[in-house]
Amino acid sequence: MAVSGLLMLGYLVAHVAGNLKVFFGPEEFNAYGHWLRVMGAPVLHHEWALWLVRIVLLAAVVAHAVSAYQLSRRDLKARPTAYVHRRKGASYATRTMRWGGIILALFIVWHVLDLTTGTVHPGGFEEGRPYQNVVDTFSTWYGNVIYIVAMLAVGLHVRHGFWSAAQTLGIGSARRERLLRGAANGLALALTAGFVSVPVAVMTGVVS
Amino acid sequence: MRLTLRVWRQRNAGTPGAMSTYDVDGISADMSFLEMLDTLNEDLILRGEDPVAFDHDCREGICGACSLVINGDAHGPERTTTCQLHMRAFRDGDTIDIEPWRAAAFPVVKDLVVDRSAFDRVIQAGGYITAPTGAAPEAHATPVPKADADSAFEHAECIGCGACVAACPNGSAMLFTSAKVNHLNVLPQGSPERETRVLDMVAQMDAEGFGGCTLTGECATACPKGIPLPSISAMNKEWLRARRKVKG
Ligand code: HEM
Ligand code: SF4
Ligand code: FES
Repeated sequence: MAVSGLLMLGYLVAHVAGNLKVFFGPEEFNAYGHWLRVMGAPVLHHEWALWLVRIVLLAAVVAHAVSAYQLSRRDLKARPTAYVHRRKGASYATRTMRWGGIILALFIVWHVLDLTTGTVHPGGFEEGRPYQNVVDTFSTWYGNVIYIVAMLAVGLHVRHGFWSAAQTLGIGSARRERLLRGAANGLALALTAGFVSVPVAVMTGVVS
Repeated sequence: MRLTLRVWRQRNAGTPGAMSTYDVDGISADMSFLEMLDTLNEDLILRGEDPVAFDHDCREGICGACSLVINGDAHGPERTTTCQLHMRAFRDGDTIDIEPWRAAAFPVVKDLVVDRSAFDRVIQAGGYITAPTGAAPEAHATPVPKADADSAFEHAECIGCGACVAACPNGSAMLFTSAKVNHLNVLPQGSPERETRVLDMVAQMDAEGFGGCTLTGECATACPKGIPLPSISAMNKEWLRARRKVKG
């Protein structure tokens, strides 16, 4: 869970930074999209580096989902009888790890079909013109809703997940508690705000 | 005080249980929670009914025998054991729900009594030292750094009550096991078994059917002895270190 989660988290940080290039206009954003395909050249062939990243990410998503499934099964089996008197319990982020994870998995599928393959894209999807594709997606109400809900889910998942992964890996301690909680909250906030700023910019006409 | 109690009643492990409602009167605010249950049981015995079975021993917060989930909280609303909880924490006319520890690894024996021998087997797997200790040693013979001594004492406070498991939505025993592992692993007396202790105790914990930890923190909130949540991370560190040493 921890290693695959942190791999994906590293990717998300790079991804949000890349997305923010949309604010520098279509040329720069499209050129960035092109660079992703020639990354590692001339040592690597066209798109090799990109495919390497995709393969590692896919492996991380699969490993993460499989361990989440195994962990959840084990945990539900270990507590077969619920208390009659229920209490709220842990923080919202902690309690929503399972459902949040499922929402994220569904989002990832939609997101790839929308902006990578163009299968469910609302406009005329054109490869090599990601700027226009992004504007098209966020010109539909459902594109905005799906995306913003998923990004709130990412924030919550990372808020508990990052701190939790540190404990799993034995990095947590009483002394580092504030630092790790702060880093988890900071990361969660930066990711959600960064990702959400793009649809908001399209909705308000800042990016068009 | 006059109270309404809703208590889990279950004849034995094989028969299904249910919550039963009882009224108790004449409860003083100075009674402990267990004395309040004694009052109920005296009433039940006089009426010819089966008294409520619950675990207790020292009644002074040191043995770890008492349990009970009170209004959804393991050991009730205060950070102490059920035997040290007093009725002044409640108000006249309150309805109180009383349930046993709930975990697959802690099956109900009768009413509010659960079988916690899974904890004993986790201890047997490595919660001991093999050095012959004899009488109290000369204190300067084996120096222990102050920070290590404090950490060992902090973790030695665990009384093995199982509130951590009861409070955990995953029925995980990580806090208990980490208290035992950290207690001995920081001390020179515990270092000969440092690697096998953590590996064997965690393996036994898993074999007993306790759930996996998702760091919800419920355990540390419930623990009457204040074993802190970062103890789990410290045990994970020990476990990873032991795996590297044993394998490499
Ligand atoms: C396939 C979709 C996903 C599912 C089904 C899923 C589900 C879960 C579950 C059930 C847990 C364990 C619950 C807990 O620790 O409380 C978890 C933990 C975690 N998740 Fe996800 N998640 C998904 C996507 C992601 C993504 C995209 C990231 C990257 C930001 C991520 C990062 C993490 C981290 C870092 C942890 C903590 C690991 C640990 O405690 O050791 N997850 N996830
Ligand atoms: S860690 Fe705390 S709650 Fe768990 S068994 Fe020990 S004393 Fe009880
Ligand atoms: S009866 Fe001994 S700790 Fe409560």
